[in-house]
Amino acid sequence: MSDSQSTGNAATAVDGTATEGRPARAGRPALVKRLMPERRRPAPVGHARETSDRRLGYMLVAPVVILLLAITAYPLIYNIWNSFHFDNLSFGGLPHNFVGWSNFSKMFKSAQWVSALERTLVFTVVTIVFDIVVGLALALMMHRQFRGRGFLRASILVPWAMPTVVSAMLWKTMFDPSAGFVDYILGAFHPAWSSIAWLGANEWRSWIAIFIADSWKNIPFVAILLLAGLQVIPNDVYEAARMDGASWWQSFTRVTLPLLKPALSVALIFRTLQALLVFDVIYIMTGGGPGNSTQTLSFLNYQTFIINTDFGLGGAMSILLVLLALAVSFVYVRAFRPSTN
Amino acid sequence: MTSAVVPAVAARPARRSRVPARKVVRETLFYIAVVIVVLIALFPFYWILRTSLLSNSQVAAGVGGANGIIPSHLSGVAYSNVFTQGSFLRPLVNSIIVALATTVVTIVVASMAGYALARLRIRGAGAILGFILLAGFFPVLAMIGPLFLVLRSIGALNSIWPLIIVYLVYTLPIATWLLKNFFEQIPMELEDAALVDGATRLQVLRKVVVPVAVPAVFTAAILSFILAWNDFAFAVSFLTSTGHFTAPLAITTFGQSQFQTFYNLIDAAVVIISIPIALLVLFAQRRIVAGLTAGSFR
Repeated sequence: MSDSQSTGNAATAVDGTATEGRPARAGRPALVKRLMPERRRPAPVGHARETSDRRLGYMLVAPVVILLLAITAYPLIYNIWNSFHFDNLSFGGLPHNFVGWSNFSKMFKSAQWVSALERTLVFTVVTIVFDIVVGLALALMMHRQFRGRGFLRASILVPWAMPTVVSAMLWKTMFDPSAGFVDYILGAFHPAWSSIAWLGANEWRSWIAIFIADSWKNIPFVAILLLAGLQVIPNDVYEAARMDGASWWQSFTRVTLPLLKPALSVALIFRTLQALLVFDVIYIMTGGGPGNSTQTLSFLNYQTFIINTDFGLGGAMSILLVLLALAVSFVYVRAFRPSTN
Repeated sequence: MTSAVVPAVAARPARRSRVPARKVVRETLFYIAVVIVVLIALFPFYWILRTSLLSNSQVAAGVGGANGIIPSHLSGVAYSNVFTQGSFLRPLVNSIIVALATTVVTIVVASMAGYALARLRIRGAGAILGFILLAGFFPVLAMIGPLFLVLRSIGALNSIWPLIIVYLVYTLPIATWLLKNFFEQIPMELEDAALVDGATRLQVLRKVVVPVAVPAVFTAAILSFILAWNDFAFAVSFLTSTGHFTAPLAITTFGQSQFQTFYNLIDAAVVIISIPIALLVLFAQRRIVAGLTAGSFR
């Protein structure tokens, strides 16, 4: 250890003297950018320290990699194994035989799974469109300088930070015919509207309530991300647009939106994955009902694993869910790549 | 007002009076929009606070009359019932233990990895970062089956301790990225000076880097705490007896009777678990916003 230290010192000394290039680069804005290339240059004297640094680096990175592999990759492999076997705790005595693709064919033939897939996809598309549009409007609002901006930002942030159980229970209360605000205020317009049952009675009304609870909690996240994106856009771009006589709408569509693309793609992908995997709010607000009409893919996964204890079929469903999430992440990486260059 | 003093702007008054008028309308509309947004964001909180302060008979009577938007009577009965009938204390303590422990593990593990990825030029750093990001997107509900089987076989179902490990899937990706990004911005000279003085890398990490990185560590800790505190999916899958429930899970069992849902009881519990999060948001608003955006803009 002490050996590597002494060579380490030498390396720094060499680094310190062998940087004639520095003054020329002093004009670069980012300190990091100025320092990084110099660090990358191979310094022969510092080789020992580099090696020991690297060994230390692997040791420091190992816990994160091992822990995350244990929580994600291991279950994935286990799921793949299970999906080709019979494994149901309700029939604990039966052997865990290899069953080929039968779990998958059972899944694809299951009307419950197919309609859960359709519902999940429709919910995802509607949610991301609505959340991005409203989130963008909120971001533009928060981007303006005005008194009370901090308060607006804090009050938008509070719903996001709350547990889903809070947002779900809160809207369950709001939509309850006897305890809620929604029917109370609707009843002021029309007496018949004072006792509308939203949750657990009607498929569409249940979805409206779920959608509102989910958007109320998640739009703030989109808004904060897009606000950060707006703040990165330099002001002189707008000045230039105004000099050229661009209207507000023109500068919004031709300047703001293109320059907001990185932030938009991040917001889009986070929301897409969250919506695709929606579970908590459904479990708490409707429990998948009325009937099966608000079951989503994640909900069905929970039901298959934990309630029906069918780990073969559940494994097959999980693999489809992972593939869906991977496909979306892939789109994200593709869409996001140009901006990092 | 003072323009009258300046002769050069004498020709302007007609134009000036029209522009502010339009501006006033626009400003007013803008502020109305702001008020609407704030109301939508905060009114539901008022409503659960209001409901939590009703007595059981007021809940049974329904909304309206004396139990309108501002009820004529308020009572704290739901808050005491939550602890006596609902035994909410145990789940609260469970949640605090799990969230704090997850936060501590996350900070230790993520700062080590963040430092290594930012500074120590390990091979495959890009692939490791990509994997960490991808792990953050992994579908939680796809993992619960196998994890359930593993916990069952080692007899660790219905215990809060495994949650500390599985919650890392929420916290580690964002914390590692956030700290890595921050470490990259710390000037190298600071560390080099310490290394020249004969400190080891680990000493540098502990004595130089971590103190400088306190703001980022704090941000990562707040986000980790929120993410761990908010989990529902793992808790509902692995915990079966009320004594081991976390607070969000316990709430779903409250207030149910055969003929009536006692929303005052549910909402009292909702208010209680909202308080720590609301305080965190109010006191650390800037850090949370910075952390959220730094964690994702890369």
